[in-house]
Amino acid sequence: MLAVIRYAYALRTVWAVLLALLVGSGLILVAGVSPLAAYGELFKGAFFDYWGLAGTLVKTSPILLAGLAVILPLRAGLLNIGAEGQIYMGALFSAMAALLLPQMHPAIHVPVCILAGALGGGLWGLIPGYLKAYHGINEVILTLLLNFIAINIVSYVAGGPMLQAGAPYPYSEQISQDLWLPWIMPSTDTHAGVIVGVVLAVILFLMMRYSTVGYALDTIGKNATAARYAGIPVKPYVVGVMFAAGAIGGLAGTFEVLGLKYRLYHHFSPGYGFDGIVVAFLATVNPLLAPLAAFFLAGLKAGALVMQRAVGLESTVIEAIQGLVIIFAAASLGLKYDAQKWAARLMRRRKRLDAELGDTFQARTREDDR
Amino acid sequence: MIDFLTDPQAITDFLSTSLRLSIPIIFAAVGGVIAERSGVFNISLEGCIIGGAFGAALGAYLLGTPAAGVLLGVFVALMAGLLLAGLAVGLSINQLVAGIAINILMLGLTSYLARLILGDDATSTLPGFEPIAIPGLSAIPIIGPVFFEQDVLTYLMYLLVPLSWWVIYKTPWGLNLRAIGDYPVAADSAGISVPTVRVFAVLVSCAMAGLGGCYLVLSQVFVFTEHMSAGKGFIALAALILGRWNPIGALLACLFFGFSDALQLRLQFNSPDVPYQLFSMVPFVASFLALVFLSGKVRPPKAIGIRYERGGK
Repeated sequence: MLAVIRYAYALRTVWAVLLALLVGSGLILVAGVSPLAAYGELFKGAFFDYWGLAGTLVKTSPILLAGLAVILPLRAGLLNIGAEGQIYMGALFSAMAALLLPQMHPAIHVPVCILAGALGGGLWGLIPGYLKAYHGINEVILTLLLNFIAINIVSYVAGGPMLQAGAPYPYSEQISQDLWLPWIMPSTDTHAGVIVGVVLAVILFLMMRYSTVGYALDTIGKNATAARYAGIPVKPYVVGVMFAAGAIGGLAGTFEVLGLKYRLYHHFSPGYGFDGIVVAFLATVNPLLAPLAAFFLAGLKAGALVMQRAVGLESTVIEAIQGLVIIFAAASLGLKYDAQKWAARLMRRRKRLDAELGDTFQARTREDDR
Repeated sequence: MIDFLTDPQAITDFLSTSLRLSIPIIFAAVGGVIAERSGVFNISLEGCIIGGAFGAALGAYLLGTPAAGVLLGVFVALMAGLLLAGLAVGLSINQLVAGIAINILMLGLTSYLARLILGDDATSTLPGFEPIAIPGLSAIPIIGPVFFEQDVLTYLMYLLVPLSWWVIYKTPWGLNLRAIGDYPVAADSAGISVPTVRVFAVLVSCAMAGLGGCYLVLSQVFVFTEHMSAGKGFIALAALILGRWNPIGALLACLFFGFSDALQLRLQFNSPDVPYQLFSMVPFVASFLALVFLSGKVRPPKAIGIRYERGGK
């Protein structure tokens, strides 16, 4: 019995998501649409259709990478809400490397663009990391502020120095076709970014599980003072982990430029960085679950428009449902599995049963639990 | 760029625009100060503003008076506050995650319900507040009309900001609030209920941000548009940092941000060569620099963002 309860707890995020969808169906009913039809179209459009799946995977790439950019420092107890800014700086640096550097062989130029993007995002994570480690300034506030600074910088660059002549809208020149990321699904927009994301997720999982770096990060996250006494160089770790997180966030922006948009647009990210925070918590801060969480979240977004076309329901309802999903998922994380409490509860129940059924039953159920 | 400064009427107009742009952020920032002083990071100010704006539009639309709009606006923001309090204080969930979830929920819910309820009427002008000139004071040259020819919500703001300051610094309740934000363990041992004060602070905070949303709809544009909060909640967060978690400081920071916003708008129209983004960045850069270079003086409440659990269980 305890084992069943433990599994139910392990899946609590799933229950939370289902509950959120149930509450969301109330919102759909208000519009006079059948929730079953709406959800059917939503999930069919997001996951069970070639083009829909492609659309979902396109959105999975930045959301997953942003999620990893949040998960990594969160293991060390640092909340990076700056993934949005890191995405923008990554896009800026990679677009600059693609457009401003002299002609090179693509085999060199593509890695240079990707590294430049990682560096741009990394710098945007390094700044709050350094200020947190050596000046004790709250990283949450710093990364939040840096988001808006980055968005405005990109807006300025795309609308000013790098603006394509005659563009009706702030965007840069198109990058050379040699630099475009390969597609992974024929005749769709789906680029290789999502594969990089999944590979990175696995690498991060292995690193956190089996390497001393992962162990050090977890120790810092649980008790920074203890980590310092244990000889872990806490400050360099804080700086390093924020740089790495920023670099991953930067990759999200890089792939948006090299894989999807092929230009630097202003305001190109619809809040992927914030979705990353959602992914981190939906995945219970486990990098291995991040691809699933990101895929689900991307599916909600991609399926919303399909649903709107199919059943005439405003796609904005999906934004509201997304909010519900996060609220319920977050609330479910507040429920901690307490083996002792459940054991005591079961014991009380059993005593009541025993009184009715006699001792033979007690002996049998005890053996069952072993 | 600054040629308009020679004309007193133009100066009045410009300052008036600055003030009007800063009022929604002032409400939200002062609300934010109250929550953060109690140790709760209220990142959902954005959601409370849009909730307040939606409620205001709905109340004014259904009942035909702006007063009903204010009531419903504050009510919707309070609901968001209740949710934040329940999640962040009640269930001890990470305050930022709860806040972000509320922002996403409120932005989506208000857009959806607005399309559903207001529908085609969404673009029609709603009844709002008219400016009331205060006799005497509004006759002061240049600044008189700026500060004393405003609407009811502006005068309410004049009242609420000093009141918040007085409550936070001069009353026992404010002392409890600050104690809990800096060192909840000590406050708890002194017999103050940490959760009660935090829940109350969050509710007040969200209600004030909601008033900012009401102002947007009932005093500024007289319609509700989707996502009309447009990041004002985050600017308010920046303002309260620059204002050192003090209502008066937050007020001054917001006035400064409103001023740079007005300047930015003017530049976009009059001098397209000057990059307006540099001015849009001002609130964030100023707060960032304040944090970095005035560290020690600009210090957040110590227990901010940290959930409080009694030990010894």
